[in-house]
Amino acid sequence: MTVELVLFYLFGSVAVGTGLGMILQRNALLSALLLVGNFFCIAALYLLLQQQFLAVIQIVVYTGAIMVLVVFVIMLLNLAEDHPRPKKNSMQYSIAVALVIGFLVELVYILMFTDRAPAGFHPEAGKLGTVESIGDALFNKFMLPFEVASVLLLVAVVGAVLLAKKRLP
Amino acid sequence: MTISLDLHMYLGLSAMLFCIGVAGVLTRRNVIVVFMCIELMLNSVNLSLAAFSSQLGDPTGQVLVFLVMAVAAAEAAVGLAIVIALFRNKQTVNINDINILKW
Repeated sequence: MTVELVLFYLFGSVAVGTGLGMILQRNALLSALLLVGNFFCIAALYLLLQQQFLAVIQIVVYTGAIMVLVVFVIMLLNLAEDHPRPKKNSMQYSIAVALVIGFLVELVYILMFTDRAPAGFHPEAGKLGTVESIGDALFNKFMLPFEVASVLLLVAVVGAVLLAKKRLP
Repeated sequence: MTISLDLHMYLGLSAMLFCIGVAGVLTRRNVIVVFMCIELMLNSVNLSLAAFSSQLGDPTGQVLVFLVMAVAAAEAAVGLAIVIALFRNKQTVNINDINILKW
């Protein structure tokens, strides 16, 4: 067992545990906090892949911006306690659980019965995670998607303000 | 046989996280929790893209993760604005009560 493998199991199991906790938790605010823990674990897994840039923007964008916004809305609407479901819609619930288990079995089956990739990652993989390498790809090969993403963000900001503001008289 | 960290382990973890997200979307009734489960699914796909990027020695996967994060941020802003507008009109975030588009 190498150190990397131990760290992978540690962060992977914490990520799965916090994810399960999030969907089982009745309190919306606590499930938001568990999701933040999950995002930190995923950032650690990016670091294990030697992708420093992604780890940093995972923390800054997801936990720093998106989850703060979610927590802000939960508190603004005062939704912290999730009302217990009035009548347990058992039909829909059991179909959903069956579908999820079927989906998981399908994915695991695909993983088990495909050829394993050659062991270990690409030897050059450590150099790819830097800002330099991603910036180079982003501004040369993927210039157009980058610009489209910036337009998308602008549209989203305008749309969010328009949707959330009170109707004008 | 020694076990070493490889692509398949990352893909397996990603599959588990994705299924947790799907389970949350299908079973939870609070619209904000459903929204957070969608974020979890986006994250699990990001993890597998990053693992493929390391496997193939190509930064394209990481660029894609970056763009997915931009889309997730836009989605978060618009989605939460919709939740606020819904709550202002219907005083609820339970998706069983939000059914006016249902035929």
